[in-house]
Amino acid sequence: MSEELFEEPILDLERKIEALSGTGDDNATRNRRLQLENELDELRKQIYGNLSSWQKTLVARHPKRPYTHDYLAHMMEDFVELHGDRRYSDDPAIVGGMAVFRGEPVAVIGHQKGRDTKEKIYRNFGMPRPEGYRKALRIMKIAEKFGRPIITFIDTPGAYPGIGAEERGQAEAIAYNLREMAKLKVPVLVTVTGEGGSGGALALGIGNKVNILEYATYSVISPEGCAAILWKDPKMSKVAAKAMKATAPELAKLDIVDEIIREVPGGAHADPKGQAVLVGETLARQMEELSALGPDDLVRQRYDRFRKLGVYEG
Amino acid sequence: MPEGLWVKCDGCREIIYKKEVVLNANVCPKCNYHFRVSARERLTALLDDGKYVEFDQDISPLDPLEFKDTKPYKGRLKDYQKKTGEKDALIACRGTIGGQPVIMAVMNYAFMGGSMGSVVGEKVTRCAEAALRERAPLIVISCSGGARMQEGALSLMQMAKISSALAMLDDAGVPFLSILTDPTTGGVTASYAMLGDMNIAEPRALIGFAGPRVIEQTIRQTLPSGFQRSEFLIEHGMLDCIVERSKMRDVLIHCLRFMTSDQSAQAGSVTPFMNRD
Ligand SMILES: [Zn+2]
Repeated sequence: MSEELFEEPILDLERKIEALSGTGDDNATRNRRLQLENELDELRKQIYGNLSSWQKTLVARHPKRPYTHDYLAHMMEDFVELHGDRRYSDDPAIVGGMAVFRGEPVAVIGHQKGRDTKEKIYRNFGMPRPEGYRKALRIMKIAEKFGRPIITFIDTPGAYPGIGAEERGQAEAIAYNLREMAKLKVPVLVTVTGEGGSGGALALGIGNKVNILEYATYSVISPEGCAAILWKDPKMSKVAAKAMKATAPELAKLDIVDEIIREVPGGAHADPKGQAVLVGETLARQMEELSALGPDDLVRQRYDRFRKLGVYEG
Repeated sequence: MPEGLWVKCDGCREIIYKKEVVLNANVCPKCNYHFRVSARERLTALLDDGKYVEFDQDISPLDPLEFKDTKPYKGRLKDYQKKTGEKDALIACRGTIGGQPVIMAVMNYAFMGGSMGSVVGEKVTRCAEAALRERAPLIVISCSGGARMQEGALSLMQMAKISSALAMLDDAGVPFLSILTDPTTGGVTASYAMLGDMNIAEPRALIGFAGPRVIEQTIRQTLPSGFQRSEFLIEHGMLDCIVERSKMRDVLIHCLRFMTSDQSAQAGSVTPFMNRD
């Protein structure tokens, strides 16, 4: 079986279960159904317990993967979206605003991809322009002003490589976010939920805690980009995906992420609501933990967290 | 600069007597093309009497990912170390410019395209921390294709580490001058290179976030001429000035004088006006 088609057996079984519904409610059918559902659970565990790096890359990019708006819907209340960077425009590839999380007002900011073709184009496939990063920082500063924690969700192929984006300072926008996020005097909780694509991901990523979902990735370049540059052969993407060590357990080993958030059986897309519960539990615990730190301690802790990253000798 | 008596200029394609170029600060006397120079050549040209004291020179790269593309990363490192005589792509040092003590971090393109991995990240961060401790201006000269892919997300994290150190420098009112040379792209541009109190570029340097080829492939159209060159960036408000190599030292002296007056040394401890009696 091709490496890309790992979900096929799960989909087959789901179709079988689907076909059973509506065929009667006798004991035999019910038992058969139960048996298939158990099989499905086992199959999901077995397949998702053995994903390759490339397969995780595909799960992270799954078209049904929950995005920021899904976490907002399942985890938060009273979301008020804030738009625009007050400089040039509003970037729909990043959404953000005020929300209530378990009774506490928080700022939520995250990348947003689209579901159907029209929305995908509108969201620019989750690839922000400078305006997106400037809007994100503007919302963070509002949160800081009113002493509210900041929760970010990262899921982007990367910052958009376009003429306008370069003209309006894509590099400056990212750089400025990195520096200014380092100064924030409120708790910042970062979760990589899907694709952590390079600087375009990091620009929302300077947190006191950095979490990653079990099958999400975080890397300096996409496997395709890496293959094109280092191997000069786009067909080497799968090899590059493995070589880059961009999966959650590999990142945890290097202290790049603090915590891996388990995914529901079959991956986050199998049950976005259940996934939001798991993410919410982690965030609530970390918010509680960080509430013990004063404003300067938060800045210090964040500094120390990133300061130690890197492997060298001498 | 290649060996030999004569050199071909990449700017005007003319064959020029090499000595003439060297005496002209490695700039083509015919078309003003700025030849790429090594980190040490830059330091010699910029600092008083060409003198500097290097520090952290023993920090060397490792291979945390055990990375191998068409060649193992370890082997590549050895080759570049042999070729350049340097441990990695950045030199950290102290010196004076016009009598003003400064901390300098200078990138070396000849070492793996000046790519930023853990060593570059650590050394720039230590430079920023030294600048903060000593309240000495920090000057970084960038020349890099961006993050070092062979160190994966660790190289990405260097952007965060350095920018966090620069945040402290900024808060403390210690000057940071960023000099961008050809090329400065990717993660280097999207972190420290764009964060100077002044961003100064050499003429016609390629400066950008995404590489021109990536942009062309994404938007499927040809890029306008001069796109992502210093002159394009200054037109779009991303640079303070473009300075020719021969004038760089003088401009730095003038800027440092502005930024290191007695008042600015106190900037970190200025009392907000509301709290004054
Ligand atoms: Zn010339």
